[in-house]
Amino acid sequence: MANAARTETRTEPRKRETSRAPAPDSAALSGAENGATPAPLFETLSGIPVKPVYLPEDVKPGLDERLGEPGKFPFTRGLHPEMYRKRLWTMRQFAGFGSAEHTNQRFHYLLAQGMTGLSTAFDMPTLMGYDADHAMSFGEVGREGVAISSLEDMEILFRGIPLDQVTTSMTINAPAVVLLAMYVAVAEKQGIPPEKLGGTVQADMLKEFIAQKEWICPPRPSVKICVDMIEWCAKHMPKWNSISISGYHIREAGATAVQELAFTIADGIGYVEECVKRGMDVDEFAPRLSFFWDVHNDFFEEIAKFRAGRRIWAKLMRDRFGAKNPRSWQLRTHAQTAGVSLTAQQPLNNVARVAIQALAAVLGGTQSLHTNSMDETLALPTEEAATVALRTQQIIAYETGVPNVVDPFAGSYFLESLTDRVEEEAMAYIRRIDEMGGIIHAVERGYPQKEIADSAYRFQMQVEEGRRVIVGVNRFGGEEEISIPVLKIDPEIERRQIERVRAVRQRRDAARWEQAMKDLRDACRTDKNLVPYVLDAVRAYATLGEISDLFREAFGVYREPAVF
Amino acid sequence: MARKIRVLVAKAGLDGHDRGAKVVASAMRDAGFEVIYTGLHQTPEMIVQAAVQEDVDAVALSILSGAHMTLFPRVLELMRAAGIGDVLLTGGGIIPKEDMAALRRMGVGDLFGPGTTTTAIIDYIRGATRGDTAAAGAAGQKPARSGPAKAGSAR
Repeated sequence: MANAARTETRTEPRKRETSRAPAPDSAALSGAENGATPAPLFETLSGIPVKPVYLPEDVKPGLDERLGEPGKFPFTRGLHPEMYRKRLWTMRQFAGFGSAEHTNQRFHYLLAQGMTGLSTAFDMPTLMGYDADHAMSFGEVGREGVAISSLEDMEILFRGIPLDQVTTSMTINAPAVVLLAMYVAVAEKQGIPPEKLGGTVQADMLKEFIAQKEWICPPRPSVKICVDMIEWCAKHMPKWNSISISGYHIREAGATAVQELAFTIADGIGYVEECVKRGMDVDEFAPRLSFFWDVHNDFFEEIAKFRAGRRIWAKLMRDRFGAKNPRSWQLRTHAQTAGVSLTAQQPLNNVARVAIQALAAVLGGTQSLHTNSMDETLALPTEEAATVALRTQQIIAYETGVPNVVDPFAGSYFLESLTDRVEEEAMAYIRRIDEMGGIIHAVERGYPQKEIADSAYRFQMQVEEGRRVIVGVNRFGGEEEISIPVLKIDPEIERRQIERVRAVRQRRDAARWEQAMKDLRDACRTDKNLVPYVLDAVRAYATLGEISDLFREAFGVYREPAVF
Repeated sequence: MARKIRVLVAKAGLDGHDRGAKVVASAMRDAGFEVIYTGLHQTPEMIVQAAVQEDVDAVALSILSGAHMTLFPRVLELMRAAGIGDVLLTGGGIIPKEDMAALRRMGVGDLFGPGTTTTAIIDYIRGATRGDTAAAGAAGQKPARSGPAKAGSAR
């Protein structure tokens, strides 16, 4: 391994946590004190009942119309006529830890291994808009992702990577406008104009309030800034996805597949409505909206979700929003295997789970894919675990023959029936949210949050009653000690990151910084698009925390009501 | 009937992962505990202040961000300073076993990792807050077979 010897990322074998693992004896957890094995659940993870066999009459009339051809409305069968025969999905492994230097090395390593797109994970302080030296950052710098406090960190992060030759996804939301501006500024220094940059900034604040819970300001100003980015990118970054409307976090927080689909599409509707309200033409920005699905264990339901999602979006965009450009109708998506499905017990089993989930994403027609590493329930992935995850995608792509045929399950009585059912149930949720006055109102009322928490609890109880089986956890547990290496983050990284951001503040051109900050502060008091002002501020080496503080001052700080 | 066990379920630091905390809080409530949930993004000071005000029997801290070696000791220190050093400090999250052991040596109670049943957590807190250390230890080591009423049955 190229970087395995770094002191900051030393790997250590560690024991499987048998003492905390639920009983290896399945009877203890199966709710089977009376000795009976609980009846198996013949239903999907969303609770949709499944029959033993499906027949032609299970598929409602009008299938041809619901399917369309691949590459044509309503895109049930996929976005492109030839799908993966022409171009494989992008293999995009999410990476980020420690300092910008460490993550830059991991990027170079993954690119050398055949990865085709970059994907950046940021640490908690960065995600919440705090510099490394803020009190709230204490103990969290570089732990869950890379620490970025100023443009200088970003320059190091992408050192030696020509930004016009890769596409980069950045998983950043509340301070997304700052990171987008930093990316543009780094490219400028490489002599690359924004119109040549390809990639994605997640920038989906609605799902933050619903599920991921990383925010700075309340929902309305947060969405306003998202719309600023969509608008600015539509004009200046034609190859850039200005938002990644994400179901992933909604699912990981406990939603079912149906809820993931419904709440995510409802978020999408929310953004489109806000853009239209601002006077933008739907075809100006809709082709650059992108999505992000979780892909979980229920194989057929996941495939159905991808297909139903494309169909719902195509119909909404054409019929509800009047989009004329077929590209506006297309739900383009990234997918990631379900982190929440992985187990700390018997972690090698996770390789199998990830492979099956990845296969579902490919059969569902994803545009890009991240496969999780087997060790992610324990810590951030080691280089070896991340490599196995990437290899899993390459095996599907090059060994299985699966990419040779577009949407091979089309016409399956079961899968078509399930696709219809997932669509119907998701649309019922979407109508309910419309009746509440739209997703922003629903979020302010805590509606999707409560639905998700209820589903998470229901699932946990099914597991504890033994009605849902998790291999190695509530059945087929063993006492054997399995040890896999775990990535360690050196606490020294925090100290050095603090020094660096303080040095940047000392070194920068104070007058230029002051002017840029003043301009941004003034712009926050108006309806102006904030992107150009943030761009000027980061060029002047204003830090992420300083810019976020301006937002806090101008728009207030969000506090979630503590309900469960 | 004896006073209900009062538990403060807390999320410390910047970590936004609240699925586990909410599931555990719901299960404790259904098992008859009085549960106070702090909500997200609390500082150790805020958590200890809430623990004092609510006169709880246990503080259950959920940390999935990797900052457990910073946050648990800080909360413990503040609890002692506030005169509630005898209140159980427990919790869970993505916490390596060796870190759990180190925290236990400092005086933190048992900590629970991924895959734990809510029953195991409830049994442990019930045992530990009644000063029944033997029961607490046993429950912490292995989920009890005959736990309290199935946590989910009330819903």
